[in-house]
Amino acid sequence: MATLEHAVPFKPLTVTERLLRFVTRTPVHIGLIGISIVWLVPTLGLGVTSFRPRDDIAASGWWHALTHWNWTTKNYSSVIHSAGMGHAFLNSVYITVPATVLPLTLGALAAFGFAWIRFPFRDTLFLAIVALMVIPIQTSLVPLLRLFKDWGHLNNGFVGIWLAHTAFGLPLAVFLLRNFFITLPKDLIEAARMDGASNLSIFRRIVVPLSVPALASFAIFQFLWVWNDLLMALIFISDPSKRPMTVQITYLLSTYGQEYNLLSAAAFLLMCLPLVVFFSLQRYFVQGLLAGSVKS
Amino acid sequence: MSQPPLPTPVLEPQEPPRGLGTFRAGERLQGLFFIAPALVVLGIFLVYPAYYTVRLAFYQGDFLYRFSNFLGLDNFKELLTDDPSFLDLSSFPPSGALVNNFRWVIFYIALSLAFGLGLAVLAVRVRYERVVKSIIFVPMAISATAVGLIWLFVYSPDLDNGILNAVIHGVDHGFDPIAWVGRPSTVNYALIFAYVWASTGFVMVVLSAAIKGIPTEIIEASRVDGAGEWAIFRRIMVPMLSLPIAVVTVWLFINVIKVFDIIYVMTGGGPGTSSRVIAYTMYKETFENGRGGYGAAVAVLMLLLVLPVMVLNVRRFRSERVTT
Repeated sequence: MATLEHAVPFKPLTVTERLLRFVTRTPVHIGLIGISIVWLVPTLGLGVTSFRPRDDIAASGWWHALTHWNWTTKNYSSVIHSAGMGHAFLNSVYITVPATVLPLTLGALAAFGFAWIRFPFRDTLFLAIVALMVIPIQTSLVPLLRLFKDWGHLNNGFVGIWLAHTAFGLPLAVFLLRNFFITLPKDLIEAARMDGASNLSIFRRIVVPLSVPALASFAIFQFLWVWNDLLMALIFISDPSKRPMTVQITYLLSTYGQEYNLLSAAAFLLMCLPLVVFFSLQRYFVQGLLAGSVKS
Repeated sequence: MSQPPLPTPVLEPQEPPRGLGTFRAGERLQGLFFIAPALVVLGIFLVYPAYYTVRLAFYQGDFLYRFSNFLGLDNFKELLTDDPSFLDLSSFPPSGALVNNFRWVIFYIALSLAFGLGLAVLAVRVRYERVVKSIIFVPMAISATAVGLIWLFVYSPDLDNGILNAVIHGVDHGFDPIAWVGRPSTVNYALIFAYVWASTGFVMVVLSAAIKGIPTEIIEASRVDGAGEWAIFRRIMVPMLSLPIAVVTVWLFINVIKVFDIIYVMTGGGPGTSSRVIAYTMYKETFENGRGGYGAAVAVLMLLLVLPVMVLNVRRFRSERVTT
């Protein structure tokens, strides 16, 4: 390494190694713990607030609740029942599940085609899909809205938003999955071909079972993306009774502005499922993040 | 803030499979069978809309967003020279959505990288690495809508709610609480920090994995040679991390060009128009002011801004394929 030649010259130790280590490490600990606190406190504040009675919130900061326990779950029951968040939760599920399964399925099929079948213009088409990955949603909103209206008011139900999310998730799905599929052992697939297996059965019996981690990481991204999306839901969900939680929360925010007891509970409901998914499947999530950015 | 990553194509150093027997006649059709559904969906719902929007940008457009009243480049002209809420160069400092978005590009990317890199480098040295990483990473899973609410609460000017003002007040009792998102001078930075909070985890995880990929011998050897920790960081880690840093920067850039949700939730572009960004202007003009053509021009501008990244991705993908 050429860089080593520029290294700082050796300095003799003037104190015992232990003390030096302690002194040099202390700023590291302070920095890490300090940043961790800054990162933790905002969420903690909202979480604590969501369990405090309305009058307490108006009277004192949430940090007082850490020493003066007076907790309630009433905020949650009121947002779920009277503020419509329970219904919105179900809407979020109805939107998210097909909008995750569809791009996963279509993406996996296409990725298999790109990875293991030869056909004309294969590489060109794949590059085109790579290029599509960065297209901003904003260029599609208006035309899609028009299309959906022309095709029988798809934006009145969930079909429109499923299709829109599918189109936006697909390039990433094809890209991630194709890059995973080409790493599968070639011998295995060739042997299956020799035995007369069709492409479809190779896909179903060999590629899919061996690619669970990659499929899972895309599914998690897409799930989180759709569940957390506000913009597309604002535009493609025109029926108020079909609003997902993100839209319902902005509606609550404009109606109840300062009612932090309701808003904090609503925000926590929105966050709970992604956090569960995230913590239980963190491994796949991180793998997926790294798949595209760092060579392993 | 769980925008899925847009990984820049870094190919595994592996040849795409070639020579799988002969080019059987049926194979072409079979390949088509596998990719056709995806191509149809992409064509109808992604490529055609992009074409439609580009075309619409040259029209005034009516309330049904049809191509009515051809204007040529007038939308772009108005956007860049005659719309102070989008670009106002007459005063100093310049203002408007485009300028704000530029601010976002600079500060959001710089802060996310600084925090993410710093945490990645420092966290590997302590035993509680996993705890720190989880805390920093959790906001990645939180919707920008919830991030917005969380930070509205932090920034609240009410001393009984906003912990930021309460902390400053606790240190300096003469301090008058500031409505961080209610003042044109602070609102953009307050929003940017909230979004940095949500994105740092991504930067940290990617860079931390890259750091662990640096052979320990290199670092040990330079330590033996007497290199200080700063020199190791500056002269070994940063150069070896240049590729992942570049990838992360591109991701942050794409993310920041599209930033919308958090602004919609926290300020609605306000106070006045002082926290608008490009994507917010697009939404506002198209869906609230009913100016389809004008909004399309804004969308086209966004497309132009991410175009270099698109070219970069495709180029890199092709060159890696040739060299490996």
